[in-house]
Amino acid sequence: MRNSKKRVSWRVAQVVISSLVGLAIVGAFVWATQGRDMPVLNPKGIIADQQQVLILITVGLGVFVVVPVFILLFAIAFRYRVGNTKAKYDPELEGSKVLEAVWWGIPLIIILILAIITAISTHALDPYKKIESSTAPVKVQVVALQWKWLFIYPDQDIATVNYLTIPDNTPIELSITADAPMNSFWVPALAGQVYAMTGMSTKLSFMADAPGEYRGASANISGEGSADMSFMVRSVSKTDFSHWLYKSSYSPNMLSWDTYEKLAQPSRGDGEKTYVVTGKDLYNQIVMKYMDSGSSSQPHTNTQTDHTMNGMDMSGMGM
Amino acid sequence: MQTLFGRLTPQDFVHDPIMAGAGIAMVGALILAIAAVTFFKKWKWLWQNWITSLDPKKIGIMYIIVSIIMLLRGFGDALLLRAQQVVNDANGVEILSSDHFQQIFSAHGSIMIFFVAMGLVFGVFNLILPQQLGSRDVAFPFLNSVSFWLFFAGMIIINMPLVVGEFSNAGWLAYPPLSGLQYNPGTGVDYWIWSLQIAGIGSLLSGINFFVTILKMRAPGMGLMKMPIFAWSALGSTALIMFAFPILTVTLALLSLDRLIDTNFFTTTLGGSAMLYINLIWAWGHPEVYILVLPAFGIFSEVVATFSGKKLFGYTSMVLAIIAITILSFTVWLHHFFTMGAGADVNTFFGIMTMIIAIPTGVKVFNWIFTMYRGRVRFTTPMLWFMGFIVTFTIGGLTGVMMSVPAADFQFHNSLFLVAHFHNMIVGGVLFGVFAAFTYWFPKFTGFMLNERLGKMAFWSWLVGFILAFGPLYILGFMGAIRRMDHYDPSLGWQGLFIVAGVGILFMGLGVLFQLAQVAYSIWKRKEHAVGPDPWNARTLEWATATPPAEYVFATIPTVTTRDAFWQMKKDHKTNDRPEHYEDIWLPKNRSEGFIVGMAALVFGAAVVWHIWWLLIVSLLIVIVVLVVALTRDDTEKRIPAEEIAREELRRATV
Repeated sequence: MRNSKKRVSWRVAQVVISSLVGLAIVGAFVWATQGRDMPVLNPKGIIADQQQVLILITVGLGVFVVVPVFILLFAIAFRYRVGNTKAKYDPELEGSKVLEAVWWGIPLIIILILAIITAISTHALDPYKKIESSTAPVKVQVVALQWKWLFIYPDQDIATVNYLTIPDNTPIELSITADAPMNSFWVPALAGQVYAMTGMSTKLSFMADAPGEYRGASANISGEGSADMSFMVRSVSKTDFSHWLYKSSYSPNMLSWDTYEKLAQPSRGDGEKTYVVTGKDLYNQIVMKYMDSGSSSQPHTNTQTDHTMNGMDMSGMGM
Repeated sequence: MQTLFGRLTPQDFVHDPIMAGAGIAMVGALILAIAAVTFFKKWKWLWQNWITSLDPKKIGIMYIIVSIIMLLRGFGDALLLRAQQVVNDANGVEILSSDHFQQIFSAHGSIMIFFVAMGLVFGVFNLILPQQLGSRDVAFPFLNSVSFWLFFAGMIIINMPLVVGEFSNAGWLAYPPLSGLQYNPGTGVDYWIWSLQIAGIGSLLSGINFFVTILKMRAPGMGLMKMPIFAWSALGSTALIMFAFPILTVTLALLSLDRLIDTNFFTTTLGGSAMLYINLIWAWGHPEVYILVLPAFGIFSEVVATFSGKKLFGYTSMVLAIIAITILSFTVWLHHFFTMGAGADVNTFFGIMTMIIAIPTGVKVFNWIFTMYRGRVRFTTPMLWFMGFIVTFTIGGLTGVMMSVPAADFQFHNSLFLVAHFHNMIVGGVLFGVFAAFTYWFPKFTGFMLNERLGKMAFWSWLVGFILAFGPLYILGFMGAIRRMDHYDPSLGWQGLFIVAGVGILFMGLGVLFQLAQVAYSIWKRKEHAVGPDPWNARTLEWATATPPAEYVFATIPTVTTRDAFWQMKKDHKTNDRPEHYEDIWLPKNRSEGFIVGMAALVFGAAVVWHIWWLLIVSLLIVIVVLVVALTRDDTEKRIPAEEIAREELRRATV
C-alpha cells in the first residue's frame, strides 16, 4: 500500500520534473533566438527567396514521414509496454507484407516528388545561370585573399576590400576565384554559396530586392584568419550606386599588380577599403597565376575559356 | 644533429598553457599507470593476458578502453571550442588563439571519428560477432592483433602533438591547398596523415578479417538469411571498409608525397588539383559514415527485438535495406561539395542518389517501431537509448534530406546547420547505439549488470544535453553562422545560442559522469548486480554461452536451425543439454608480434613526421622482418584437452 503510494508520488514528481525541463529548454531557445535576424529564412534577394521556398517545400514533404514516425513510436511503445497485459502478445509475428509495402512505397513516392523538384530547382538555381532582368547586370570579380575579400568592378575600374556596394533590383554577376586556400563565398540573405578556388573561376548571380545591408562570410576555413573573412554587402538605389561609383573614382588608393601583391599578403582585420583599378586585367592575371607553370599538362585552362573551365576541370576528373 | 633528429628541435616541446597542461596531464597519467603496474607487479599479467593476447574478447575490451579515453579527450576538445565561442574574445579575453582553436576542432573531428567511433565499432565487432555467429574466434586471429596495435599506434600519434610539435589546423579532412606545403609547412598535417594512415591500415585489415569471419566462420546450419541482423549490418559495414579504406590510403599517400617530395597531385600549381583530393577523400568519407552507422543499426535491431520479446519485424526487408544502403553509399559522395560548381546535371544526380538512401533507412525505422507491435516492451536502459535514437535519427534524417537538395544545400553547406546535422547522426546514431550495446552486452562479459538507475539518469542527461547542444546549431545555421569560427561580430546576437549549446555540452558531460559512476558503482556492488548467462531473455547465440564466456566460448559448436537460434533453443528446452563427451579445442597461442609491429609503426610514423630518415628505415625494416617471421611460424595454436573442458563445463554448471 505504502509502496504504491510512493510510486504514484514518484510518477507525479517525474511528470513535474520533465515538464519543467521541457519548459526550460523551450525558454532557453526563445530567449536566445528572439529578435535575431535569420537571413536564410528571411531572404532579401531573388535567389535566396527561391532557396527559402525550396527549403520549406522539403521540410513540408519530410513532415509526412517524420510525424507518423513519432506518433507510431510513442503510441506503439506505450500500448505494448510490459505492464499492459491486456495488449495482444504475439512473439512469433515476423512482419507484414502489406505494412512493409506501405513503408517502402510511401517514402518512395515522397522521394520521387522531391527528386522532380530537385531536378527542376537545381537547374533553375544553378549558380552559373544568369538572372533575367530588364536592368543591365553589374559585373563583379571576387577574389578571396588571406584573409579578406577583394571585389573588382571590371567595367567601372573600381575595387573594394571587405565590402560590396550593389544597386538594388539589378542582377549582380560574380566571377569568383581565390589567391589563398579554398574559401566559400556566402551572402545568406542574397544567395547560397559557391567555392572560391585558385586557378579557377566559379560563378554566382544574385539580385537584392531592396536597399539594405547584408552580411557575407567565407564558409570554408582558409587558415588562421578565416573568421575575419566577413564582409558587408550594401544594396543601394541605382542613383546612390552611381553616386558611390563617382565618389569612389576619386579614391586616392590605386590598385595595380604591385599594390595587389602587397594586398594579397596575409593579414587580419583589414577593414574596408576602396581602390581605383589601374592594373589591366587584374582578375584574369590572378587566375592565371596558378596556370602558367602547368600549362602543358592543363591545356584547357586559359582565360578565354574562363566560364567553361570549371565544367571541363570536373570532366577531366572522370566524373 | 639534423641527421640524428631530423627537423625536431627542443623548441618543438614548448607549448601554450592549455596544450602544455593537457600534455603534462597525459604524460603524467601514463607515468602513473606505468608506476602502478610496476608497483602491483602486473607487467607479466598485462603482457600475457592482454598485450599479446589474440583472444577477440580481450582485443575488443582493449579497443573499447582506448575509445573511451579518446572520447573523454574529444569531449574536452568540444568543451574548449564552445567556451571560446561563448566568450568570443569579449573584453580581450581570448581563451584560444585562432590557430589553437583550429587545431582543436581538427583534433576533435579526427579523434572522434577514427579513435572513438571506429574503435567502439571494432570493439563491439570483436566482442559480439564471433559468438553471435557461433564461432570461437575470428578468421585471422593474428591479423586481429596487428589491427588493434596499428589502431593503438595511430591513437598515440594523433595525441603526440600535445607533447611535441603541433596539431593540424586544416580541419578533420585536411583539404588542400590549406593542408599542402605552401600553407602548412609544419608538422601538424604530417601527424594527421600518419596517424590516420597507420590506423586506417589497421581498419582495413580488421574489415577484411570480419568480412571473412562472417562469411566463413558461421555455425553449421546458419545460412546467410538465418544470421542475426547485427551480423548482416557488420557484413555491410566491413564490405564498405574493404572498398572505401584503400581510397583513403591512396589519398593520404598522395598528400604525403606532395608534402615530402614535392609532387604536385593536389597543389595549386603545376597541374595539381585540390578538387581531386576533395573528391577522393569523400569517396572514402561518405561510405565511412555508413561504416559507422550500419553496426549501430544492427545493435538497435537486436536491442528492440530482445526487449520487445519478439522477432524482428520484416527481417528480409531489413537485409535488403542494409544491402541497398551499402551499395548506395558509394554513389553520393559529391553531396559534400555541391558548392564546388560541378554544374546542374551532376548536382542533380548526386542529390537524387542521396535522397534515395533515405528510403531504405526509413524502412528500417518503421520496421524497428513495428518490432514493438504486439510485443511486451521493457523500458530498460538499452531500450531508452533506442527510443532516443529513433527520435534524434529521424530529425537528423529530415535535415539530411533538406541538404540533399543541391540548391537548398547552397544555404546550408559548411554552416552550423551542417554541423548540427552530422552530430545528430553520429551522436544520436552511432554513439547512442554503442551506449545501448554497452549496457546490453556488459553482463555477458562480466557476469553482472550495470546499475539501471544510474544508466537511466545518464540517458536523460545525454538527451537533454543533446537537444540543448545541437538545437541551437540548427538555428545558428539559419542565421548564417558558419562552422569553425573562433570569433564573430557580437552585434549579431549569436552569443545566447552558443551559451545554450555550451550548457548542452555540460549536460552531456553530466551524462558521461553518470556513465562513469554507473560502471564504478556496478563494479563495486557487483555481487548485488550479479546475473546468470541470460539476464535479458535474449534471442541470439552469444547468450547461449557461459557468463563470462570461457576462453574457448563454445564447448561444442552449436547447430543452428532457425533465426534467433538461442530463442529457439530455449523454446526447445535445449539450453542445458550437455554432450556425451567433449573434444579437444585448438586456440591460437599468444603472439607478441602484433604489438611489436604496432610499436614499430608508431616509431615509423613519428620518424616520417620529423623527417628522421634513419629511424624511418630501421622501423620499416622491423615491421617487415617481424611480419615475415610471424607469418612463417607454424607452432601457433595451443590445445585445450577435452578433460579440462569437461571439468570446466561441469564447474560452471554447478555454480
